[in-house]
Amino acid sequence: MPNTSLLTVERLCFERDDCNVFEQIDLRVNAGDIVQIEGINGSGKTTLLRLLTTALQPTSGTISYSGQSIDLCRYQYLSDILYLGHQPAVKMTLTVAENLRWMTAGSSACPETALVAVGLAGYVDVPCYSLSAGQHRRVALARLLMTDALVWFLDEPFTAIDKQGVGFLENCMRDHVKRGGAIVLSSHQDLRLDGVRKYQLMPHTDQRGL
Amino acid sequence: MHGGFSAYLRRDLLLAYRRRGEAASPLIFFIMVSTLIPLGITPESGRLAEIAPGIIWVMALLATLLSTDGLFANDYQDGSLEQLLISPQLLAMPVLGKVTAHWMVTGLPLTLVSPLLGVMLSLPQEGYLPLLASLALGTACLSLIGAVGAALTVSLRRGGLLLSLLVMPLYMPVIIFGSATVQSAIDGFVWFGPLAILGAMLAAAVALCPLASAGALRLASIN
Repeated sequence: MPNTSLLTVERLCFERDDCNVFEQIDLRVNAGDIVQIEGINGSGKTTLLRLLTTALQPTSGTISYSGQSIDLCRYQYLSDILYLGHQPAVKMTLTVAENLRWMTAGSSACPETALVAVGLAGYVDVPCYSLSAGQHRRVALARLLMTDALVWFLDEPFTAIDKQGVGFLENCMRDHVKRGGAIVLSSHQDLRLDGVRKYQLMPHTDQRGL
Repeated sequence: MHGGFSAYLRRDLLLAYRRRGEAASPLIFFIMVSTLIPLGITPESGRLAEIAPGIIWVMALLATLLSTDGLFANDYQDGSLEQLLISPQLLAMPVLGKVTAHWMVTGLPLTLVSPLLGVMLSLPQEGYLPLLASLALGTACLSLIGAVGAALTVSLRRGGLLLSLLVMPLYMPVIIFGSATVQSAIDGFVWFGPLAILGAMLAAAVALCPLASAGALRLASIN
């Protein structure tokens, strides 16, 4: 069913410190969609992603997953999503393999294979404090190969990643939507992928005059 | 990401093991300061014995407070806390796992090393068992209460002082009944009474503090 709406966002509003970060966001994400959230710095891209992943509570409006409000199917929803935030959530004192195994506990996929794919083959038992920022991102990106989550939320996934890494990530995303998954990402780069839907976030009222 | 009590307990113990120097600092503080007491006050065993229970308890409390700051701060900075908040499991269980790991790294070693300090401070013989028992229960209370404060101040960059101010009033009953346990034993009274109250406090703290910390962590994530 190509037209099944996985995620429906209706009239989503979020207020912070008595100021509207955004008003009335409406968004539909279907299986097989890639939605790219665009907007100037400070327009609330990360806030929107955090609202969608329930890390933040919206002031008003609803988010539904497969037609059901996510407050009612919270466990199911949170089991089906994957969120890569600004920080890679990599523990510096753990080794690369330990980090990945921790982040993907319960997954049947093999961490070593995923690490080879993201180009960290020789670093399996290296503590993460001796890796670069880009390599930390790669450790986090290896999660994408091991997860069976349906909806991916990626916050600026291309930060600190080299050209090869960008290509790898785009392939990864292409495979995921082919399998019927959906991706919501924030990025300033233009993706070399087909069928990317762009969603423009307007800067909030207080910023328009600037 | 994997939630649950034992997963977080194991991970935090592993993290503490990898940063042994940092994890040992409350213990070293505890031993160091207690060593200074006979030098600074008096080496006379009669007078030391009078103040020993109180001194050991005050030092244990300060040593625990010293380490509470980092309970959630590291996870907040590297983004793991965000991942924890969106894990499907009940948030209180991973929090309890983290607090248990914190107690095993700070409170438990403090308890185990306290008889040694008892010798240094010439604690009367009948005080050792109550000291061990009260510290074991009491430091667990301190870790649990401290977790609430640490969760509330996690998003502040320098929350250390505020954290102390927040949890200090809640620490007071623990230290009162903790040192009372040891003192009553030394004075020849039954010491199960104050110890039982400590136990009751621990039971309440185990039930309530993880929930309060989980709520506070959700609040912190707004910033």
